[in-house]
Amino acid sequence: MWKFIVKRLIQGIVIIFLGSLIIYAVIRCLPTSFVEDMARQRAAQASSVGGKSYQEWLNQLNQVYGLDRGILPGFFAWLRKAVRGDFGDSWKYNVTVTEKFHEVIGCTLYLNIVTFLLELLICIPLGITAARKQYSRTDYAITVFALLGISLPTFFLATLLKYVFSVRLGWVDMYGLVGRNFYKMDAFHQLLDMGAHMLMPVVTLTIAGLGGLTRFTRTNMLEVLNADYIRTARAKGLPESRVISRHAFRNTLIPLVTYMSYLIPSMFSGSMITEQLFQIPGIGYTSYQAIVSGDIPFTMFYSTFLLILTQLSLLLADIMYAVVDPRVRIH
Amino acid sequence: MKAGREKKGGNYISARDTRRISRENRKITDACEKQHRRKNVPESEYVTKMRDPGNVVEFDNVHTYFFTDIGTVKAVNGVSFEIPQGKTVGLVGESGCGKSVTCLSLMQLVQRPQGQTVSGQIRFNAGDRVLDIAKTPAEVMTGIRGSRISMIFQEPMTSLNPVFRIGAQIDEVFLLHNPGMKKKEARERSIEMLKLVNIANAEGVYMMYPHELSGGMRQRVMIAIALALRPRLIIADEPTTALDVTIQAQILDLLRNLKDRINSSIMLITHDLGVIAEMADFVVVMYAGRVVEKGTAEDIFYRPCHPYTIGLMESKPVVGRHVDRLYNIPGNVPNPINMPDYCFFRDRCKFRKEPLCGGVYPEMVRLSETHEVACYCSEAVLKYDREELFKLLGKDQAEEGKA
Repeated sequence: MWKFIVKRLIQGIVIIFLGSLIIYAVIRCLPTSFVEDMARQRAAQASSVGGKSYQEWLNQLNQVYGLDRGILPGFFAWLRKAVRGDFGDSWKYNVTVTEKFHEVIGCTLYLNIVTFLLELLICIPLGITAARKQYSRTDYAITVFALLGISLPTFFLATLLKYVFSVRLGWVDMYGLVGRNFYKMDAFHQLLDMGAHMLMPVVTLTIAGLGGLTRFTRTNMLEVLNADYIRTARAKGLPESRVISRHAFRNTLIPLVTYMSYLIPSMFSGSMITEQLFQIPGIGYTSYQAIVSGDIPFTMFYSTFLLILTQLSLLLADIMYAVVDPRVRIH
Repeated sequence: MKAGREKKGGNYISARDTRRISRENRKITDACEKQHRRKNVPESEYVTKMRDPGNVVEFDNVHTYFFTDIGTVKAVNGVSFEIPQGKTVGLVGESGCGKSVTCLSLMQLVQRPQGQTVSGQIRFNAGDRVLDIAKTPAEVMTGIRGSRISMIFQEPMTSLNPVFRIGAQIDEVFLLHNPGMKKKEARERSIEMLKLVNIANAEGVYMMYPHELSGGMRQRVMIAIALALRPRLIIADEPTTALDVTIQAQILDLLRNLKDRINSSIMLITHDLGVIAEMADFVVVMYAGRVVEKGTAEDIFYRPCHPYTIGLMESKPVVGRHVDRLYNIPGNVPNPINMPDYCFFRDRCKFRKEPLCGGVYPEMVRLSETHEVACYCSEAVLKYDREELFKLLGKDQAEEGKA
């Protein structure tokens, strides 16, 4: 098992290296350049005083930001620092990348963990019920509900929720993480206020994610329920509830655990659109802003972080697979 | 159904018909399910009396139907036979003739809600009382399954749950049917059972997972699970089909010895006539959901009377007899959705006699104390000598071959 894990880790490092190289190359080729924008601004400001021209500013800034080097040397310069944990300063936010990351990640984590737990609590029972009563009215209702969840785009759902709950009913604010009177409240009410603001994003994300997991659970449960060993379990005289909860569920878990491990990286990236829609200052919102303004250090950090996370979750999926399924245990 | 019958074959049905059929089906199956799931059903509804106290099971005109979207499939269509205490009854017939559904009906394991035992009685002598399985509610049934009736399945490779250890899967039966039993005691008895089915390294196997065992070993484990609580009836649904011949002989030997040791009956389902000849005291031949002939093993093997049984006997290889090609019964089984109202075998029958065979489905005719057959021509057939019969069949086919 250890040999396997070490092997996977080494593979992972190679993939992360290549992946970050590709991302760096792509960012450098993007038409949006932070430096060009800045040079244009400086040149416009300074032209009245007879200062440097746009080209002069550009050359100077390129040198300052290290963009005068080619893609490969630039990448290795970044990598040399990055392996020591120094990801540089964010150009857009003017603080170190890691500092900005720490500032915004909590929000996203909170949002996604709540969403994930809600999804698990809703999807698995729904999927199992649908499978147990295949082709019944309950099953059809759950399927329609799940398909609605898959088909509705988050922006539409978010807009709909905003219209109903903010504009019409006025229960919650439309945007942001905190209300207008946030700084006047005591700690408890601050928490409540943040919770209320998180409500709509959480609902949006949950509904968007419901369909996939429900359908996945249903399909797997159906497959397991038709298996011979379920018939054996029934023939032993186990009541139907025990057949489902013990014999069938353990087997349904095998693909589910793998699926859930894949969801971990999407927890940090998947809420980008939703955060944007509700202007929640999480990692998705921040990195989106960084990318559109051409902030190379922050984008690189965020992408590398996702790469590492993906690799780790794949490894976790394999380990979890071995935990739940004795057939794949490597001795 | 009407449109289906007009377009021959019955499998081409318009979407509207399908919807109508599935609506009607749902009405029927919902009613059955409601009946089945009731709690606290008074005993008087499902406790009956055996016709003959020497029997363990009596099937009495059992009908098990599958309500599908293209029509009702009468998988078991009026089956009657009985299993005497301590005897082995073999159930033979080709694939899809309703053998498995008959035994699943007895276990109430027919795929619900589409599959329902709609009429007839399945009387089971549970020892302290006699139950009509067709009416027994689910609650009571779980106590019967696994302890009084147990089942060995066809596919040992997939019949054990891959994520639990062998030990846990055997322990489960003990713990389930003996509330209050200690885990340690269950473990001891499980290991004892493993030893009983001739597994050498019982303690080791107890801790193994199913994927670490071979097919024969897994089937032994299945037998250990089935026999754990000394059931009154063991249903073996093609227990050796997936195994090679050496292991097959070992498993059958084992089954026969253990049956005698715990004095239970076996209901053996197979298409292997050799297995039946070796194991069974009584044989029931099924065709298209009905029993066409039943009798002792001697009756069926030496004095087969139904043309279908005769065909079956002729289509198996016999040591010492030289044939170029084995006999095969011509034609196909009738469509299970639109069964004819005359003898189901008539269109394939070599001994058909018009107008005698043109009537409704033939009743069972009693030929001797033990031997019964559902055929109009049985008396005519009986007059032939056995060898003559086979020759008659063989000649026909040889002629067909030439033509």
